[in-house]
Amino acid sequence: MTLLRIKNLSCRIGQVPILHDVGLSLEAGRIAGIIGESGCGKSMTAHAITRLLPPGSQANGTLLLDKTDILTASEAEMCALRGKTVSMIFQEPMTALNPVKTIGDQVAEAIMIHKDIPRSEAMAQTRATLDRVDIPADRFPLTRYPHEISGGQRQRVCIAMAIALRPKLLIADEPTTALDVTTQAGILNLLARLVREDGMGLLMISHDLAIMHGMADHIHIIQKGRVVENGPTRHLFRHMKHPCSRALLAAGTHRPDRKVKVCETPLLTVENVTRTYTLPRTGFRVKPGLFRAVDGVSFSIRKGESLGIVGESGCGKSTLARAILGLENTQAGEIRLGKEAVFTGKRPNRAVRRKMQVVFQDPYGSFNPRHKVARLVSEPFHLLDTHPADASDQVARALAAVGLTPEDADKYPHEFSGGQRQRIAIARALIIRPQLIILDEAVSALDISVRARILELLAHLSETHGLTYLFISHDLSVVRSITDRVLVMQLGKIVEEGPTEQIFDAPQHPYTRSLIAAAPQLPGNAT
Amino acid sequence: MPRSKNLIPGAVLTAFFTALALISFVYTPHDHTTVDIVNRFRKPLGGDFLLGTDHFGRDILSMIMVGARISIAVAVVAVGVGMVAGVPIGLAAAANKGGILDELIMRVNDLVFAFPSLVIAILITAVFGPGAFNAIIAIGIFNIPVFARLTRGAALSLWQRDYILAARVAGKGPVRISAEHILPNIANLLIVQGTTQFSLGIIAEAGLSYVGLGTQPPAPSWGRMLADSQTMILFAPHMALFPGLAIVFTVLGLNLMGDALRDILDPRIRRDAR
Amino acid sequence: MPANVPVMLRYALLRLQSLVLSLFAASVVIFLTVEVVPGDPAVFMLGINAQEDTLAALRAELGLDQPPWQRYFSWAGGLLTGDLGTSYTYRTPVAEMVADRLRISLPLATYALVLGTLIAFPAGILAATRRGSAADTSVMGLTQCGIAIPNFWFAMLIILVFSINLRWFPAGGFPGWEDPFTAIKALTLPAIALALPQASILARVMRSALLDTLGEDYIRTARAKGLTRRQVLWRHALRNALIPVLTIIGLQFTFLIAGGIIIEQVFFLPGLGRLIFQAISQRDMIVVESVVMLLVFAVIVVNFAVDLAYAWIDPRLRTAR
Repeated sequence: MTLLRIKNLSCRIGQVPILHDVGLSLEAGRIAGIIGESGCGKSMTAHAITRLLPPGSQANGTLLLDKTDILTASEAEMCALRGKTVSMIFQEPMTALNPVKTIGDQVAEAIMIHKDIPRSEAMAQTRATLDRVDIPADRFPLTRYPHEISGGQRQRVCIAMAIALRPKLLIADEPTTALDVTTQAGILNLLARLVREDGMGLLMISHDLAIMHGMADHIHIIQKGRVVENGPTRHLFRHMKHPCSRALLAAGTHRPDRKVKVCETPLLTVENVTRTYTLPRTGFRVKPGLFRAVDGVSFSIRKGESLGIVGESGCGKSTLARAILGLENTQAGEIRLGKEAVFTGKRPNRAVRRKMQVVFQDPYGSFNPRHKVARLVSEPFHLLDTHPADASDQVARALAAVGLTPEDADKYPHEFSGGQRQRIAIARALIIRPQLIILDEAVSALDISVRARILELLAHLSETHGLTYLFISHDLSVVRSITDRVLVMQLGKIVEEGPTEQIFDAPQHPYTRSLIAAAPQLPGNAT
Repeated sequence: MPRSKNLIPGAVLTAFFTALALISFVYTPHDHTTVDIVNRFRKPLGGDFLLGTDHFGRDILSMIMVGARISIAVAVVAVGVGMVAGVPIGLAAAANKGGILDELIMRVNDLVFAFPSLVIAILITAVFGPGAFNAIIAIGIFNIPVFARLTRGAALSLWQRDYILAARVAGKGPVRISAEHILPNIANLLIVQGTTQFSLGIIAEAGLSYVGLGTQPPAPSWGRMLADSQTMILFAPHMALFPGLAIVFTVLGLNLMGDALRDILDPRIRRDAR
Repeated sequence: MPANVPVMLRYALLRLQSLVLSLFAASVVIFLTVEVVPGDPAVFMLGINAQEDTLAALRAELGLDQPPWQRYFSWAGGLLTGDLGTSYTYRTPVAEMVADRLRISLPLATYALVLGTLIAFPAGILAATRRGSAADTSVMGLTQCGIAIPNFWFAMLIILVFSINLRWFPAGGFPGWEDPFTAIKALTLPAIALALPQASILARVMRSALLDTLGEDYIRTARAKGLTRRQVLWRHALRNALIPVLTIIGLQFTFLIAGGIIIEQVFFLPGLGRLIFQAISQRDMIVVESVVMLLVFAVIVVNFAVDLAYAWIDPRLRTAR
């Protein structure tokens, strides 16, 4: 019988309509997916089911969960339902747990709030539930605090909390977006296993088509608060009709067209570079430990090449990028651009710095909010010995090159969307005509369709401006689409290196293999 | 721009007492130091004296006007001392995060924090004798770690931003980054805290003058007027009422304005409103 | 939890290290200000017209013929053993005088702190949980006024109302602890006056800390488990909101000490405040020095206690520094 039935659901916050006529149904033991870009209303749908909507919002329509009419139930009935019949897990495992309570107490609370059993019995059930989500007793006693375990483990604790009472419906709102790809694969496997074992329904919400393709039985694509297309997964991917969903799929499998002219001369040479950090003192009179963030890394980039560095968070790839830019001191090794060292003595070499620029991940934090675009874009002129006389012309040309207009120079950054801001960041990188641009997760925060256009722009600029790229990302599909050669980093070391296609089609190192196996695949992407 | 219901009353009260202080330079109803035994303990609204007279027959309104000048001057200079010394210290500590300079600055800060402004005033008075200058120094020293900590905390979170990294990639040094990118982005926070410290300064000055560690006679001060009135509170309650109300309304005005500025300037609240 | 004890102990030791450092630095600062900056303390204490043989006698008595660093160590050594020196004017040990006065000042500060917290917590919680309601508006309005009223003026007003007009409480003075009831009665108005601004600030901090906490992700998680709003508040939000509130309580103790000195003047209470003002007017630097050191010692120790309370509330602090 149908576990969850949503018909004509409309929601609004204050006077702003968020959802229009959303319909959805889910059987026990099945997985339904909701896909859409940020701000489309997919999370609102999930929150409407548990009626945990933000204050001032209103929902209309029919929302039946296991015979209960959610929209008319009393708050007391909802409290009895939440955690017992319907549970939720969220995107950010780092903040989803109370930092001052042990993981055992938090999972046990989910049990004791609904069942009148002694604490010892609840603790025993907690232990059993944590074992089910692979949080074993020997490494994770119940007395652990959230800050003592990793992000993936915290998400497992959240899942344990959600499934402790074997609910009929589990809602997972972007459950793996904040996690690394191998951790993500583990969490997705766990969710699939729990659905199978408990026969519960799972409603998955994600922006990632590839994840949904691997998980869901039935997919709903939401755009601007409306379900634009839905159907069984296999059928949907084969016969997409709505232009919006087709565009979404196309953007996900998009590969910009690149004409590569690689010279043999190396532009950037990194030799045996090591960066260590002193760890904070762990206690009274304890000698502080050392952490090798980058450990004896060597590679080179040829002129005109696009080199990718992939690795999971904490592998040292961003530290390496900063060392190349001369922002971090290195303890050993040398970094040279052309024939000149990035560091001469202890100070960064200005002549070298002029030849490289960077684009960062966060399109919101990349600009001083009090400066106009003209001032932001012209900031790298500081590296020149004299401020150029035609600075404003150069700004206009750089803006034009990234697809913005010269008039945009007079605006403030908050007047632009995320994608446009990333274009401004690229304009800032272009302005002093560098030879090398380091892209540190430059498209990771963007929606998939915006990301495709930025990648297209980057491919175009490398031709017109003769640029060399160092592309750093955790996202394998992005790296695959825009690089010629790839380095794989793990724990500060490069474990594998080779031409992009070769690495992806025939990975040699076990870590590379696990990374590629863990990455969800879209049908068009699978060879 | 978001509006705040506190802005208008706050601004009106602050403007009123500032005006009172400024007018006192050119005009007061009576000379605030003239002793006139015949007219002592006059009740308010009695003839010549709008707010009455004190035990020496001095006009209370005139004393309040001149007292406003002193209270505001002491508080402004004290907050100024705190900002001028504290903000650069905080910026330097943030730019040097985890370094020896940062550690040293924060240690000294903690130490100064252990001396309440009244205790500083007691020490200074014990050694150099009482005076309004003591109050300025005592409140000023107390304000330094307040601004240093606030600046350091806010600057530290800004140093994590990518635009600081971008500025470093453009070859800018810590001093230039602090001046160009950090200071303008914490200016709002400093203004809001400045208003709060200003109102605390008014209360602290009144307290110090009340116990005799601040402004000395014959200069009038709200705190000293209250001290004088205490033994006569039974038969001349107006002597205690008006200076007290002057303090309350000045501080209230500043606090309301601080709250309003926080609502208007705080980027976090502004983002929520958008 | 026994597993946490060594961690807590290690944290406490680290904090204790900085406590000792702070106390040392503070004592040096006080010593320098009082005994070195004025030049010859003997001249300072007796005035410039003093006879040379009286000056010599005082110098010998205070050991002023020794170099400053030796004097510092004998003073600091005395502090460690509880010997605060002998008052020059009263010829009695300072430690005895201070102990006597502390029997008023300490209960007063504690009374005010307890009173302030008892008012502030419920008011702040009420305002935060009913944000935007009439209760919230009135709490915010009242606290706004409470902050603006100087405590010594408020003290005068409540003397006028409750002592002079209603005759419920004495207007000043202290009868001693022989009868605890009258003693507490004598301290009630001073404690109320002292607590008013503290309670106002604390209530506002409590409100905003709770509002911040209630917006956290883990509150949403707890609601998704099936906890009611009230359960979420008591089990999850309050303990986290206590972290910023504790900071303010620690800071307020500093203000309570300063405020206490002023309030003792208003109510003619023979506490530390009056002792120090007498000492200043009599230029009894031994007393000034020791009482100031005692006040600073109190602030530093209270902040140490607040640091420990943090670690008790927030397990993250036990491992990080």
